[in-house]
Amino acid sequence: MNIIVCLKQVPDTESQIKIGSDGTSIVTDDIKWVMNPYDEFGVEEALRLKEKHGGEVTVVALGPKRVTESIRTALAMGADKGILVSDDALEGSDALATAKAIAAAIKDLEADIIFTGQRGVDDDQGLVGAAVAEFLGMPQLSLIVKLEVAEDGKSVKVERPIEGETLVIESSLPALITAQKGLNEPRYASLPGIMKAKKKPLDEKSLGDLGLDAAEFGVGARKLKILELTPPPVRKAGIMVGGDTPQDKAAELAKLLHDEAKVL
Amino acid sequence: MAQGVWTIAEQRDGAIRKITYEIVSEGRRLADALGQELTVILLGSNIKDKAALLGQYGADRVLVCDDPKLEPYTTDAYVSVISGLVKDGDPAVLLVGASVEGKDLSSRLAARLDVAMAQDCTAFAVEEGNLVATRPIYAGKAYAKVTFENSFPQMAAARPKVMELNEPDESKSAEVVDAEFTLDDGDLKTKVLDVMKDEGGKVDLTEADKIVSGGRGMKGPENYNILEDLAALIGASVGASRSAVDAGWRPHSDQVGQTGKVVSPNLYVACGISGAIQHLAGMSTSKVIVAINKDEDAPIFQKADYGVVGDLFDVVPALTEEVKKYL
Repeated sequence: MNIIVCLKQVPDTESQIKIGSDGTSIVTDDIKWVMNPYDEFGVEEALRLKEKHGGEVTVVALGPKRVTESIRTALAMGADKGILVSDDALEGSDALATAKAIAAAIKDLEADIIFTGQRGVDDDQGLVGAAVAEFLGMPQLSLIVKLEVAEDGKSVKVERPIEGETLVIESSLPALITAQKGLNEPRYASLPGIMKAKKKPLDEKSLGDLGLDAAEFGVGARKLKILELTPPPVRKAGIMVGGDTPQDKAAELAKLLHDEAKVL
Repeated sequence: MAQGVWTIAEQRDGAIRKITYEIVSEGRRLADALGQELTVILLGSNIKDKAALLGQYGADRVLVCDDPKLEPYTTDAYVSVISGLVKDGDPAVLLVGASVEGKDLSSRLAARLDVAMAQDCTAFAVEEGNLVATRPIYAGKAYAKVTFENSFPQMAAARPKVMELNEPDESKSAEVVDAEFTLDDGDLKTKVLDVMKDEGGKVDLTEADKIVSGGRGMKGPENYNILEDLAALIGASVGASRSAVDAGWRPHSDQVGQTGKVVSPNLYVACGISGAIQHLAGMSTSKVIVAINKDEDAPIFQKADYGVVGDLFDVVPALTEEVKKYL
């Protein structure tokens, strides 16, 4: 099977997010960059498919040079090769432009199946996977927690939890899967894996290499404009519920929830 | 010129889902701000009779596509039909609910229409004739105010349970139109094989009015029954923090947080949950937050409206008893 995994880097979820002086971007000086958590599920599932059905796993990522580190992590986990789409003109691209570049990188790889995370935990948009599937003309199966490729490799059966139920969906291949937590437990890269990863092929492609026009990318080409970033809304200060015993506190809390908050 | 506010109804098993009324209510406000009409798109099979309800929440018009191929929801069929309607109708704004299927539909639809969209929004406004959307980013550590350039319809999805519901007005009605559409079998590459209902008909956390949630302080799966007792009494769903889920105490579907579900109930009771930023990301838009924790320095107390420092094993059962007095 020809398995493609898309990944991105995001700030580590412990990071403090500070808004820059321009008011429309975040300060990136002290950020620790990691593989997007949802993409880890995609990498793991790709590796499991390779182990079961044979084939090759190619990692495709878009971003500045530092993203290479996350590609190497995926290679260390067991992926076979990597492609970094990198170009100054890509900086600040919105979801559609990002997907256009990624689709161009994947187009000639004859993918049987493509994995992305269900969303990036930076923008929290969840748009790129669907857009890549659209540009490549294949179905997307989003928010998937279970997956099984048919013996003949021509179709896939997946499970998607929706509110109150889980759907079992079948699709022809090729298809794009967006991975949800619960799909699998991602493995840790082993030390031998990390050593092998250093020698695995990792190509870099610019927009020009992909036959794309830089004018369609970057901040200037954005269709979604960021007007301003603000800190989260401040909640009114709460109170600590008084009382000498747990029972007293519980009684006071129940009273407040009923009389004051009116939620009971 | 693009005109009109459109919303996409979500229905399941022949009933319109509550999130639809939230976006129709918000759509009504946006349509009024723009001085334009509100249209709701309703797809399904044997669904036409439900169109009237949408008028009561403020729809001027309902475009109905009623066909067995449109039940149940599939990405391919809905994107194909709706993109056709949108291309013909040329609306200025298109609003969807950010439910699971809403996210699936809207992400693909935006790509099909080659337009920008803003996902999981918590507020909307109209500024200079354009839709302005506010949405959390970086797990809610910042909020982005966004708008659209050279992109119609201006598309956005609203976080469930955040938009204010209008009072349904039975005197109001919408014009119901059978919309023309084509759907080739070739358009349909996926098929729903089976629907496995969750046991006990539990309300999904993303739609629950009340949630009682347990974290590492619960000490083990066997102790969640004290939360279940309180939840059953007040009509709440039971959630969990990542620690509890990763420890195998509760299923993934119960996880609230950055890599779990984002919830917005009227009441969120966090028991034995320290309040890590990743957890807060999942419940910060709750209307009332209660925290019960032994540790008075737990970060959750900074976000709680009502904080109780105490052992949850004493406080929660006591609370259950106290609450009975108010029911």
